[in-house]
Amino acid sequence: MQNNIILAGVGGQGILSIAAVIDLAALHCDLHIRQAEVHGMSQRGGAVQSHLRISDREIHADLIALGRADLVISVEPLEALRYLPFLSPEGRMVTATEPFVNMPDYPSLDALLTELRRTGSPLLVDAATLAREAGSPRTSNMVMLGAAAPFIALDPSQLEAAIGKIFEAKGEDTVAMNIRAFRKGLALSQP
Amino acid sequence: MNRQLLLGAEAAALGALDAGISGVYAYPGTPSTEITEYIRKNREAALRGVRSSWSANEKTAYEAALGMAYAGKRALVAMKHVGLNVAADAFINSAITGVNGGLVLAVADDPSMHSSQNEQDSRFYGRFAMVPVLEPASQQELYDAVRYAFDLSESVKLPVMLRLTTRLAHSRAGVVRAPLHAENPLHAVLEPERYVLMPQNARKQYNLLLGKQENLERLSEESPLNRMVPGTFPVGVLAFGIACNYAMEVRETFGLDVPVLKISHYPPPRRQIAELFESCETVLVAEEGYPVYEELLRGWFNDRNIRGRMDGTLPRAGELDTVLMARALGVALPEPAPVPTIVVNRPPELCRGCGHRDLFEALNRVMESFENRHVFSDIGCYTLGALPPFNAIHTCVDMGASITMAKGAADGGLRPAVCVIGDSTFTHSGMTGLLDAVNDRTPVTVIIADNDTTAMTGGQESAATGTRLHALCRGLGVEEQHIRTIIPLKPHLEENIAVLSQEIAYDGVSVVLARRECIENAARRKRSKNPNPVNQ
Repeated sequence: MQNNIILAGVGGQGILSIAAVIDLAALHCDLHIRQAEVHGMSQRGGAVQSHLRISDREIHADLIALGRADLVISVEPLEALRYLPFLSPEGRMVTATEPFVNMPDYPSLDALLTELRRTGSPLLVDAATLAREAGSPRTSNMVMLGAAAPFIALDPSQLEAAIGKIFEAKGEDTVAMNIRAFRKGLALSQP
Repeated sequence: MNRQLLLGAEAAALGALDAGISGVYAYPGTPSTEITEYIRKNREAALRGVRSSWSANEKTAYEAALGMAYAGKRALVAMKHVGLNVAADAFINSAITGVNGGLVLAVADDPSMHSSQNEQDSRFYGRFAMVPVLEPASQQELYDAVRYAFDLSESVKLPVMLRLTTRLAHSRAGVVRAPLHAENPLHAVLEPERYVLMPQNARKQYNLLLGKQENLERLSEESPLNRMVPGTFPVGVLAFGIACNYAMEVRETFGLDVPVLKISHYPPPRRQIAELFESCETVLVAEEGYPVYEELLRGWFNDRNIRGRMDGTLPRAGELDTVLMARALGVALPEPAPVPTIVVNRPPELCRGCGHRDLFEALNRVMESFENRHVFSDIGCYTLGALPPFNAIHTCVDMGASITMAKGAADGGLRPAVCVIGDSTFTHSGMTGLLDAVNDRTPVTVIIADNDTTAMTGGQESAATGTRLHALCRGLGVEEQHIRTIIPLKPHLEENIAVLSQEIAYDGVSVVLARRECIENAARRKRSKNPNPVNQ
């Protein structure tokens, strides 16, 4: 088993929390992990990505090769398209649909959705609405993790347990809210 | 097996703690910052009293670490690649004196320049100083290599360079710890003939260093960090550092049985390399950085069976990856899907609500009235003021350069001569330039964008901020009435414009302190009232 995941978004949108949850769950399953992330200048509102690889055997490279990602999880629709060259022909694209507009030439949402639909059968998630329903717009990253969970080579219950650990220090309410968000996302692809 | 998930930078930090360091010295810089941050947040380090505050710059950091090593203790010093330019004087000469306790320099290079102004390769410095260099390929190997580096440093009595690159420093993997090595007792030795580098001593010491080189190469030939993976493919890969990972990935992904000689301990083992060349038709030299060893191996003419960055088999610049390696080995790969044309770039930007935004708005209003709008600047978050919508600054070269460059331009007749520098960059290497300007009575206006932190790298403590910056400028000789403080906030805009205009009009050295806390730091400070334990 080898699972190559690209996480995409804009600096500050919480993709590293998604990575931390998957990492922890994979660690508990005694899998090998490599997870490369972006620090420094790009974190200031720029495009950020994380290459996350889990496997039951040794992993050599920290980076996923072009055309070899099994899954792209993006918390922003334009950012999802940026990593299209990484997606394998059989890979899945799971993206939030709410744009993060911080540049003047940002394309229209219609054009973005048209491009996204051209990629095959992307799972388009209204993460912002589901996150508000879960209790806070800040949980939209966990909505996205939930929506993508069926395409991750880990049991959703393992991911849920990891959410509990990652948010433990922030209190029970935060944990419960993030688990609600995760389940709302999961329900989209596992009705 | 109890694995911890660590960034490469954190694995280096934990490796150093477990190897028994008594202190770490560093100035923050991507991708090296997390080495020191990890130690600063680590409870065991705090209990042991491992010294870990940030230094004013890389040179002061290196020298303090060297002093600790002279006193017999183990010391780690960490910086990014360009930081080693600042510390180079100390580094090169520390190889001439040698060390007593172990000294390891962890230096993190940034090929592809994700967060840097160049992609210089620190292995050049390692060769230049003639010290051992280790370049591990995985997080676990990195953890283990730190202890190996300290043992090596104490056995050969030389500083050892540990070279990281972005992908190793900023990628997580499971790491298993080794038992703690106790800290060294204090054992400073008085050997002035060794440590006082007057010419007569330096000549002897330099000859000693030259004499050690053969042994350093022998140690590399026996090193557990260098190893051969045999294969039947006619092209072999001489893979330095993490280049090995991509070669191994190609072996597995594409079923190509390439022989790979992995080198992670320098000086490179000549015997093993000769064997690789003898057993392969062609050798691909793969280095994550400059073609440092490819160039040597090619010699002048005898390079027919060498491929690498210098003949375009691999690109001359930028990071390596699996696809580049596969193509270099002749694997035909389908073209990946293109990025749709509607995908536009998303460059980084100053945070919403950042004080630098208000500073640049005011500065732009002032500079509008001048024919010459040149503003010299420096390295930090405020460098983003070069981008739209501000387009407010016009240079960024090296740490501290804004003041001296504005001074030189003023000496050449440029009016006004204005520069913007951050609080941490000012204490790093701006202060001496300000002294030059004061001594020459050069008409420059130095704007210190004081956000009370080293913001770009994640909010590390600055060496001096606020009233201490005022006192420093005063102490360097700037006149009291020309050290002004403004608060870069919307309601102060007109007042700030007035102050900047007055000081820019002054025909001498003036300093404007633009003081407002970094909003990210303010948010972090609020959150830390309920701190999350980061390290166990």
